[in-house]
Amino acid sequence: MRLNLGAASAARERVSAATRNEWYWAWGMIAPTIIGLVVLNIVPIFQTMYMSFFKSGAFGKGNTYIGLENYRRLLADAQVLYATRNTLVYMVCVVLITTVLALLLAVALGGRIKGKGTYRTIYFIPMVATPAAVTLIWRWLYNYRFGLLNHMLSSLGITPVDWIDNPNAAMLSIAMVGIWSTVGYSMVLLIAGLQEIPRDYYEAAQIDGAKPVRQFLHITLPLVSPTLFFVLVTSVIAAMQVFDIVYMMIGVTSPSYDATVSLVYLFYNNSFKYSNKGYGSAIIMILLAMILLITAVQQRLQKKWVNYM
Amino acid sequence: MRQKESQRHRIRSLHIPMHAVLVAISVVMVFPFVWMLLTSLKTVTESTRMNPFSFFPQASQWVNYATVWQQNDFLQLYLNTFAMVILRVVCALLFSAMAAYAFARLHFPGKGFFFGLVLVQMMVPTQVFVIPQYLMIDGMGLRNTVFALVFPGLVSAFGTFLLRQFFMGLPRELEESARLDGCNIGQTFVRVMLPLTHSGLTALAVFTALFAFKDLIWPLVVNTNTDAATLSSALSKIGSSYSVNYPNLMAASVLAVVPMLLLYMVFQRQFIEGIATSGGKL
Repeated sequence: MRLNLGAASAARERVSAATRNEWYWAWGMIAPTIIGLVVLNIVPIFQTMYMSFFKSGAFGKGNTYIGLENYRRLLADAQVLYATRNTLVYMVCVVLITTVLALLLAVALGGRIKGKGTYRTIYFIPMVATPAAVTLIWRWLYNYRFGLLNHMLSSLGITPVDWIDNPNAAMLSIAMVGIWSTVGYSMVLLIAGLQEIPRDYYEAAQIDGAKPVRQFLHITLPLVSPTLFFVLVTSVIAAMQVFDIVYMMIGVTSPSYDATVSLVYLFYNNSFKYSNKGYGSAIIMILLAMILLITAVQQRLQKKWVNYM
Repeated sequence: MRQKESQRHRIRSLHIPMHAVLVAISVVMVFPFVWMLLTSLKTVTESTRMNPFSFFPQASQWVNYATVWQQNDFLQLYLNTFAMVILRVVCALLFSAMAAYAFARLHFPGKGFFFGLVLVQMMVPTQVFVIPQYLMIDGMGLRNTVFALVFPGLVSAFGTFLLRQFFMGLPRELEESARLDGCNIGQTFVRVMLPLTHSGLTALAVFTALFAFKDLIWPLVVNTNTDAATLSSALSKIGSSYSVNYPNLMAASVLAVVPMLLLYMVFQRQFIEGIATSGGKL
C-alpha cells in the first residue's frame, strides 16, 4: 500500500503543474454534464431494468420481487404483440414514404428552380407545430360525420371512410399524420447533404450526355448516401418511439386501439394509467432491445452501401 | 453547344409541371392550418352543418378564443411552457458548451470513459428514463412545478456531442496565441472559442427549444395539475373535454401553435440552418 502511494506520488511529480491544471479545468468543465447524465440517465437505465423484475402497486409502494414473471406475462400478452407489430408497421410505412418523398423534394429544390426557399420554408412548417395540436387538427379533418375529408369524398360520390374508428383505416390515418409532420425535416437534412456534392460532377456528366435520371442514380444517390443513411437512422429511431399522434388520436376505448397502440403508448398506460411501473418497465425494455438491435444492423449495413467521399 | 442549349431548354420546360406538383404539396402542408383557423371562427352548428357546407365562417366568432382562454387559463400555460423552454435552452447551452470544449480540446484521465457515457445516453430511447425520473421528482415532492418540467433537460448529451464537433473544427492556433497572451483555460474558452461556435450554439438552441416545446409524454406524466401543464399536455385534456365542440378545440390549437409558428416566421433561416447543421454534424 505504502509502495503504491509512493509510486503514485512519484507519478504525480512527473506530471507537470500545467498538465495537472489542465486536468482540473477539464474535470470541472465536464462535471455538471457528467453528474447530470449519471443521475438522470445512466442510473435510471439500470433502475428501469431492475424494476422490470418487480410488480409495483399504486404510488410505487408495495413492490414485490417476481423475477421473470413480467417477461413471462409479456410473451403471453396479446396487446404487447399488437403494440410491437403496430410500432414496426408504423415505422416501416413512415420511414419509407417520408424518406423517398423527402429525397425527391430535396432533389427538386436543390436545383435552380425558382422559389425554392419559399417551398422549403412551407414544407418545414408542420415540424414547428406541436404534435398535440397537429393531431387535433387531423382528428377534425378525419371526423367521420363532419370532417372535411369525408365531405370531399362524398361530394365525389365516394363512400365516406371512418378514418379513426375503423381498425383497418386507423393505422393509415396515423401514418399519414406522421409523414406529413416529418417530411420537411428529412428534406432539410437532405438538401444540406446535396449541397456538399461538387457542381463539377454534374457538369462533367452533362458533357457526357447523361440524362437527369442517370445523373440521379450515379452521382446524387451515391454521394448523398451518408446523409441519407443519417436520415434513415434518426427517422427509424424516432418512429419506433411514436406516442403523441396515437395517444391524441386513439382513446383506450376506441375500436381501433388494438390496431394502433404503440409500444410507448402501452408503456405509458401500464406505468401511469394502471400504475404498474414494473410491467411498464418490462415493456420499455422491449423497445430498448429493438432499437439497439436496429442500430447494430444499421451500422453493419452502413459499411456496405454508404460511400464516404 | 447546341446540345447543351437544348438540354437547358428541356430542363426549363420541366419546371412548369414541377411547380404544379410543388404548389400542390404546399397546399397539403398549409391547408390543415388554414382549416384550423377557419373552424376556430365558426359556431358549433356552422362547423357541423353539411348542407349547405360552409367553408368560410359567416361571422367570425372571436368569442371562441375568449372562452377557451378563460376556461383553460392559457396565460398560465404560456408562462409554464416558456419558462420550461427557456430554462432548458440555457442549461443545454451552458453545460454542453463547457463539457464539449473539454472533450474536444483538453487532455485528461477518464476522457474516453466519460465520453462513452454521453454516447450511451444518445443511444437509449428517452422513455427508458421516464419512470426513474418521475420517481425522483415525486420523491423530492416537486411534481407540478416548473423545475419538474425542466428536470430531464438539465443536461444535454446531444448538445455536448454537437458542440464538440464544432470545437473540433476550429483551428488550434487561436487557442495557442490566446494562451501565449496569458489567458488561462477558462478565459480562452469564454473569450476566444465560445464566440467562434456561434452557429453551433444557435443550432443547439433551436433544436432544444423546438423539441422541448413539442414534448408531450414528460409534462403529461409529471405535471398532472392543469395549472402546471404545458401547451402540449394541456391540449390532450382539452381534446377530451371539448369532444364535440370543434370550434373551441381549434381555437385552443391555434393558441398552442402560434408561438412557435411566429418564432419560425421571424427566425426562418436560423431554424432551418440550425436543424440542417445539427443533423449534418452528427
